[in-house]
Amino acid sequence: MYAFDVTRPKTVADAVAALAGEDAQALGGGQTLIPTLKQRLASPAVLVSLSAIDEIKGVCQDGNVLSIGGGTTHATVAAEAGAYPALAALAANIGDPAVRSRGTIGGSLANNDPSACYPSAALASNATIVTNNREIAADDYFQGLFTTALNEGEIITGVKFPIPQAANYQKFVQPASRFSLVGVFVAKYADGVRVAVTGASENGVFRWSEAEAALSASFSAAALEGLTASADGLINDLHGDAEYRAHLIKVMTKRAVAAAK
Amino acid sequence: MTKISMTVNGRQVTGDVEGRTLLVDFLRENLRLTGTHVGCDTSQCGACTVHVNGLQVKSCTMFAVEADGAEVGTVEGQQNADGSLSTLQAAFQEHHGLQCGFCTPGMIMAASSLLKVNPKPTEAEIRHHLEGNICRCTGYHNIVKAIMAASGQDVSKIAAE
Amino acid sequence: MPKDSGIGASSKRREDVRFLTGKGQYTDDVNVYGQTYVHFLRSDVAHAKINGIDTSVAETMPGVVRIFTGKDFEGIGGLPCGWQVTDRHGQPMQEPGHPVLAQGKVRHVGDPIAAVVAETREQARDAAEAIGLDLTELPAVVNMKEALKDGAPKVHDDLSSNLCYDWGFVEDNKAAVDEAIKNAAHVTTLELVNNRLVANPMEPRVAVGDYNAANDESTLYTTSQNPHVIRLLMGAFVLGIPEHKLRVVAPDVGGGFGTKIFHYAEEAFVTFAARQIKRPVKWTSTRSEAFMSDAHGRDHVTKIELALDKDNNFTAVRTETYANMGAYLSTFAPSVPTWLHGTLMAGNYKTPLIYVNVKAVFTNTVPVDAYRGAGRPEATFQLERVIDKAARELGVDPIKLRRQNFITQFPYATPVAVEYDTGDYTATMDKLEEIMDLSGFAARRKASEAKGKWRGLGVNCYIEACGIAPSNLVGQLGARAGLYDAATVRVNATGSISVMVGAHSHGQGHETTFPQVIAEMIGIDESQIDIVHGDSSKIPFGMGTYGSRSLAVCGSAMVRATEKVIRKAKKIAAHLLEASEADIELKNGKFSVAGTDKSVDWAGVTLAAYVPHNYPLEEIEPGLEETAFYDPANFTYPSGAYACEVEVDPETGKVTIEKFAAADDFGNVVNPMIVEGQVHGGIAQGIGQALLEAAVYDENGQLQSASYMDYAMPRADDLPFYIVDHSSCTPCTHNPLGVKGCGEAGAIGSPPAVVNAVIDALASGGKNVGHIDMPLTPHRVWKAMNQ
Ligand SMILES: Cc1cc2nc3c(=O)[nH]c(=O)nc-3n(C[C@H](O)[C@H](O)[C@H](O)COP(=O)(O)OP(=O)(O)OC[C@H]3O[C@@H](n4cnc5c(N)ncnc54)[C@H](O)[C@@H]3O)c2cc1C
Ligand code: FES
Ligand code: FES
Repeated sequence: MYAFDVTRPKTVADAVAALAGEDAQALGGGQTLIPTLKQRLASPAVLVSLSAIDEIKGVCQDGNVLSIGGGTTHATVAAEAGAYPALAALAANIGDPAVRSRGTIGGSLANNDPSACYPSAALASNATIVTNNREIAADDYFQGLFTTALNEGEIITGVKFPIPQAANYQKFVQPASRFSLVGVFVAKYADGVRVAVTGASENGVFRWSEAEAALSASFSAAALEGLTASADGLINDLHGDAEYRAHLIKVMTKRAVAAAK
Repeated sequence: MTKISMTVNGRQVTGDVEGRTLLVDFLRENLRLTGTHVGCDTSQCGACTVHVNGLQVKSCTMFAVEADGAEVGTVEGQQNADGSLSTLQAAFQEHHGLQCGFCTPGMIMAASSLLKVNPKPTEAEIRHHLEGNICRCTGYHNIVKAIMAASGQDVSKIAAE
Repeated sequence: MPKDSGIGASSKRREDVRFLTGKGQYTDDVNVYGQTYVHFLRSDVAHAKINGIDTSVAETMPGVVRIFTGKDFEGIGGLPCGWQVTDRHGQPMQEPGHPVLAQGKVRHVGDPIAAVVAETREQARDAAEAIGLDLTELPAVVNMKEALKDGAPKVHDDLSSNLCYDWGFVEDNKAAVDEAIKNAAHVTTLELVNNRLVANPMEPRVAVGDYNAANDESTLYTTSQNPHVIRLLMGAFVLGIPEHKLRVVAPDVGGGFGTKIFHYAEEAFVTFAARQIKRPVKWTSTRSEAFMSDAHGRDHVTKIELALDKDNNFTAVRTETYANMGAYLSTFAPSVPTWLHGTLMAGNYKTPLIYVNVKAVFTNTVPVDAYRGAGRPEATFQLERVIDKAARELGVDPIKLRRQNFITQFPYATPVAVEYDTGDYTATMDKLEEIMDLSGFAARRKASEAKGKWRGLGVNCYIEACGIAPSNLVGQLGARAGLYDAATVRVNATGSISVMVGAHSHGQGHETTFPQVIAEMIGIDESQIDIVHGDSSKIPFGMGTYGSRSLAVCGSAMVRATEKVIRKAKKIAAHLLEASEADIELKNGKFSVAGTDKSVDWAGVTLAAYVPHNYPLEEIEPGLEETAFYDPANFTYPSGAYACEVEVDPETGKVTIEKFAAADDFGNVVNPMIVEGQVHGGIAQGIGQALLEAAVYDENGQLQSASYMDYAMPRADDLPFYIVDHSSCTPCTHNPLGVKGCGEAGAIGSPPAVVNAVIDALASGGKNVGHIDMPLTPHRVWKAMNQ
């Protein structure tokens, strides 16, 4: 790692101020950023740790919306997001227990790794990403590989998830990293079904609109029978080619529908 | 350099560290607690697993400054007060849950975390909990068995002795 | 009744206490006062000409002590190869130089170009980034068959081609084998890849070099399976340091699996640099570095043909293998695809005619050498896969086909130059059928089908040659070292014993099992005996631990030394008891005179040896310490039968291991608990090879699976509990303990069982797939079933 300082502000305001400095970068749980720093792929001058800011931690339900602080760890979401079981289950299967003790939802969404789990939940739920100065709809937030609508120095302070009638996340793991080779999050709302796919596309998380239409008409695995996900723009790598990923999208979507609760 | 202090295995310690100093380096190099190991640089192997404020973390993926003021537990602090092996450690010895011993500190710390929240885990729960701890020697058979035994379960019927 | 101590007891491991409490002393835990740190600047391209290396800026950076490049090693030897193979035409293999730091060219990603020694690790790395490299990139050769084509880029410009050797075995059999295949009733042909693996012991390699100018002595602390081998190779061939001035210490080592046998550049570097700068130098590999600097394993591309007569008797086997050597010859690389592979091609079967051809090829990849099993897994895999394929083609039961062709008479001389001393392959197969509950398979398959899964059963046998090895034999085969081992049994005055052994324990539990043997021989408590290993200044010249040799070879040396001790102790006892030596019996730690009640205990005799007041000084010397070197008369031949049941998810191609059993014959067993642990670990590595692991290069020589993000290590939830049994026992006839070795069996025996099971599962789902290359990832299985 290159040398840098670490500061630990206690409020969002102080963190935002610290992030205004030159080459300052937010540090969430560090579960992505620290391995990156070890490879010397980033050279911040200051890391602004968000881990001491209590106001961005925790899970709370407000009617039909589940709000999760941006600094909430995967373990806390797994334990406390019972009002949205599919989301709690997703969090409980990110990485391993140690990763879940430190990694945060804000960090995961800010990073927007094409194989990460949370982006699919946020997109399928049309969650609202709350930052220190605005609210962004998930549909506008994810902008491609490792790219989001966040501005420099902007912090995710929370995420608001409308609670669906039924939902499920199916993760088919890449055998080495255990991230998703293909992950599909299906969420059924009164006004329709949303299907978000992670792991598969060269452009990061995306919605499978044909499946959404079919499932909105009839929420059953059978409704997907005639569909095929397109292999265009899907990832080809050691662990699976585009054709295989396209196939898995359909299989995982069917399974998610069958398991949705 | 930042001055930090924390409690490690019940003992108050202090030290001067850089921002980039990892908790594992602070433990191994400043405190010479070399039981915590480093087996990878991508946060996957779990050889570095410790407890921070009661939570299982990878000490290679946390900065020492972030543990300022924390309670840290390492493998060196797992024995009983009289120095004898803890129930879990004794089960690892009894059931041959280690060979080269390199992954072992991480396994002990991960397993003790599990047993705290789930005192009688099933085989599947144990295997799932160990997802972030790689062992190249044992094939996990005897590790899983030792953890089941440490939780008071009868392991005599497990495939072939 | 299981015993509770001595030979056959599952004594609990005494080394565990230090490992469980964080008190192990691994090489990275060694810190020497005043030490510096080295960072190696490694090539990030697979093949390039070095035009220049500019270290001028880097040298001025904070903390830099000195920067070394290939120039600093010009007058110094390269890393030696320990085995010379002679090709089909009687010519020696092509043997390129292997400099400590690259000279003139870099030949694989990870090839070290420069080494920065600095006060801290990060300073060394900072300065390494400031080194200016002027490289001209050259086309890389990665694929072995491409590498052998005319006009292919040459890895080594001074060699005639990329062919290291073209080996035929047994060359005199070739015509007869060709003829038998031509005339066979049936020939089954299979082309396959034995996937390239990275050993990945959990402890990355570490080396600390120290130099004491006052007595001109160098010390190397290193993560090695064989400190004396490193001392010999590095001292004599690389750095020219005489043995008495060079100490090599391998303290606790966190797993080896072969990859810590070899002498590596980093070891030579830290030893050399410490002498130059007169300060200790430490190197700790990162895992990322390990992927591009530890020798890899396997990487064979093979075509095998099995000929059968009309009654399904095997009549001939012919194979052609391309074996990747990587960019340089690692220490024992040439022996792996030849003598450790070709000699095993008879397997457990009485095939009368066998011919093996191996072309070893240089490519722009990391050197390839022994990895758990080394050559024997490759032999077993191809043979057991082709037999399974033949059974399928002929519509016969694969177990029956094997049984019908088993060797049943021992000793048995194979057509590939080895003689199996003992074995009982029918017994291990019977045992396997029992412990696997094979008769219940049909019901289990039904249950899987009810869940929408296809279930398959795969069975195979294996034979291996362990206890490496008779020195005179391997000498004829090209080994440049002896392969005996040594032990010194030092009995202390009060009767406790320190045993200095040449074997090195890096997980195998020698500290527990070796004392069990001596305790049994003398009749004293195991706790009275300690093992000393891993320090060339303390132990006799031994060859270390690999090839399942520790107990069979070093243990035999220890038995011989203990026998000498007992002989001398009896002389002393006879004197003390005023009896004839011939009448002295040793039992339960007591010497007594046959037929009388006169006796003296062990400690009484040992004290007399060191306080020789009443002692036959005119006949024997005081003291009680003996050394023995043991050179085995033959290899040992463990064997067994393995079975695996898998479920395949027809929708995704994902394979899960549902049941796995191993029935082994290891001869006599000293500690069943440890033996079973060795088998478990081997099986996990074999399943890893079969389902998960692959070191994959792209066409430019970039390693695509260069971290645990892409190289799939088996995890706890990939694996089941294993059913293991070693009750079949045909003791080895030529070593004193009757032991055969158990360290590699699991890794050798398991890959074919897994692949056979998957092919069977697919067949049950109506997908007749001849073969799928390992690893059988969901992607590959799905592709195969949707071809
Ligand atoms: C072994 C392992 C396995 C994993 N497996 C999975 C998996 O299966 N699925 C999965 O989805 N992920 C997985 N991860 C990634 C993990 O979920 C990370 O926790 C997550 O991607 C990043 O969150 P973090 O809090 O650790 O962020 P950091 O690593 O601290 O930061 C990541 C990025 O986000 C920025 N950032 C952090 N917090 C904020 C914030 N609140 N506002 C704005 N920017 C911020 C940082 O500046 C940085 O650029 C795994 C990680 C590891 C090490
Ligand atoms: S050292 Fe591998 S996870 Fe920490
Ligand atoms: S005991 Fe060696 S890695 Fe687990």
